[in-house]
Amino acid sequence: MQGAFAIIERELRRLRRAPMLVVMSLLLPIVQLVILGHAFGGRVRNLKVGLVDQDHGVPAVRIRELSNAIAANAQTFELVPYDDPGQALTALRNGRLNGVLTIPPGFSRRALAGNEPRVALIADNTDTFVSATLAGTMSGLLGAYNSRTPNARRIATQPTLELVEVYPYVPYVQYLLPGLIVMSIFMMVMIGGGIIYLDDKARGLHEGYLVTPISKFELILGFNVSGALKAALVGVVLMIIGSLIAGVPNAFAPLKVLRLLAVIVLTSVALVSMMFLLMVRMSSPLMARAMFGVLNTLLYFPSGAVYPQQAFPSWLRTMAVVDPFTYPVHALKCVLLKDTGFAAITTDLTYLLAFSVVTMAAATFLFKREL
Amino acid sequence: MKAAVDVRGLTKRFGDFTAVNEISFSVKEGEIFGLLGPNGAGKSTLIRMLTTLMVPTAGAATVGGADIVRDSDTVRRTIGVIPQALTSDPELSVEENLIIFARLYGVPRERRKHLITELLEAVQLTEWRDKPVKNLSGGMRRRVEIARGLVHEPRIFFLDEPTTGLDPVSRTAVWEMLHRIKTARDLTVIVTTHYMDEADKLCDRIAIVDHGKLVALDSPLNLKASIPGRNFIEASFGGEPDDWRARLQRLPAVDSVSGEGNVVRIASNNGPLTTTALIAAAAESDVAVRSLAVHSTTLDDVFVHFTGRDLRDALQEPSPADQRLLIRR
Repeated sequence: MQGAFAIIERELRRLRRAPMLVVMSLLLPIVQLVILGHAFGGRVRNLKVGLVDQDHGVPAVRIRELSNAIAANAQTFELVPYDDPGQALTALRNGRLNGVLTIPPGFSRRALAGNEPRVALIADNTDTFVSATLAGTMSGLLGAYNSRTPNARRIATQPTLELVEVYPYVPYVQYLLPGLIVMSIFMMVMIGGGIIYLDDKARGLHEGYLVTPISKFELILGFNVSGALKAALVGVVLMIIGSLIAGVPNAFAPLKVLRLLAVIVLTSVALVSMMFLLMVRMSSPLMARAMFGVLNTLLYFPSGAVYPQQAFPSWLRTMAVVDPFTYPVHALKCVLLKDTGFAAITTDLTYLLAFSVVTMAAATFLFKREL
Repeated sequence: MKAAVDVRGLTKRFGDFTAVNEISFSVKEGEIFGLLGPNGAGKSTLIRMLTTLMVPTAGAATVGGADIVRDSDTVRRTIGVIPQALTSDPELSVEENLIIFARLYGVPRERRKHLITELLEAVQLTEWRDKPVKNLSGGMRRRVEIARGLVHEPRIFFLDEPTTGLDPVSRTAVWEMLHRIKTARDLTVIVTTHYMDEADKLCDRIAIVDHGKLVALDSPLNLKASIPGRNFIEASFGGEPDDWRARLQRLPAVDSVSGEGNVVRIASNNGPLTTTALIAAAAESDVAVRSLAVHSTTLDDVFVHFTGRDLRDALQEPSPADQRLLIRR
């Protein structure tokens, strides 16, 4: 076992001499956290909506008043009055408007008669975020209209929905953090583990080890334990920095930190084993670098780190099931954002363990002790 | 005396390329044994097999009495190896590198400290012990490698091209050091090189390897004596008659006459005698002597004799190793 310890000692000494490796592994995740987290998180505002009132009756005026109120307070949109619906539509098609709210002629008559009055929202749906916001706001507006009309009864006779949120509001920047912790672990495993390993191999450094009496097992153990240690270190650093940047509530509660450590360590072991399996018969450092970029995308996005898996098409969902990122992302979301115990993440931890065992066994089998 | 290294019919094939072709020889304990040959001759492959880095395709060898395939761990414990590539970590200090390798060999802690200090003195790097290896010059890095190779006190020492890439001063320094260490520790040294002057001066015996085969094996002196002609005269002429070559052949003590381009090479058993006669003959026949050089047989001459070409020219051939790399990858 002396041999394995010698390798671990060497790797850790090298890391101490090259702290840039830690910085490099953290750079992309932190930039993504700050930029993406804030770029995607916000509420859509200041849209331009054209208003065409072809009715001018009292209910129509009420609709207009409510619209103005939203524009003045929530500032979701800004109203631009049009007399001619054709002009409004042209403005929409030319991109000067995000939507057109049309109150058709006869709306007031139908509204007072209770005969299916309708207003139309024509939205620019090339941007689903914008059109969804508009539709949502307009529905809210009509809901407000309905509750204020004198004809509405005091007590609701039809079921209405009351939304109760279990957790405090989770801004997108916090939503992103679990995925980025996993990404930072992956980056250290790839750069500080795989690419450096192959660079050393190409330079002939490995011959220095192979002529010593170190066993195959000790070599593999040494490289993988040191790789997992380095990756876990980076994961923990990002967990701390990221929790502060994203404002995760209760980030450093002792039990929570313990659970987070368990997930981070197990993820590090799993990803190191995966890296080792990929590199065990590879010789070209260039190939490794090329593969790295592709892998990064293939593993990160299907994992549900940026967008829920439930929104994926079925083929992407299948990919997500075998994606080794999916499980730590899920586990970290549970522990970091929802403060759950181990019970919620047993499947994730079991998968990571099984994944590590299988990939390590395959890598050990393929690893050659001779040149 | 027991052989330190015993090689019997060792062969290595990569696909249909044979890098080492049934080589057999023995290395005596305590000698400095050289493997001389151009790049791609198979020297490095041979060393790699003997140091258990590669498994032979056929044949067998024992190093320090242990079989290189069946008993590879014992071999690894017995030998020190300086491969062609630099295997120290550039980011770590000299001392850290030695510590790591001492641990890899399982050298006990108490012995480790003492050994490292001793070795650093032997390679004259004591005041550089804390400096990162990447800050050292090429010659100094080689010395680190030498210290690293000896950290577990091996009896047999393999060096693969230890002075390639060094300037002449560093080369001399490294060789003096190796000699001192070898004598002090009673080592057996096997070294590969393509520098003839090194091999000539320093090795007790030399094996000449070309295209994977062993073409000659003896002490430098005997090798040089074994080829006909103790001297070589290289000369170029102007205005020579058609039968000039034949007339040169008839000069006293001449063994053979060959020529590349307009440089004539005369192998002679008595350089001064032949030279005097040559000049006289040229004067008599009104032939201008454009250049004239006389030298004693060198290993290059030995190489030419056994392989039919110059070691210098052989170095310019595309290395089969490069072709092999393309095939394998």
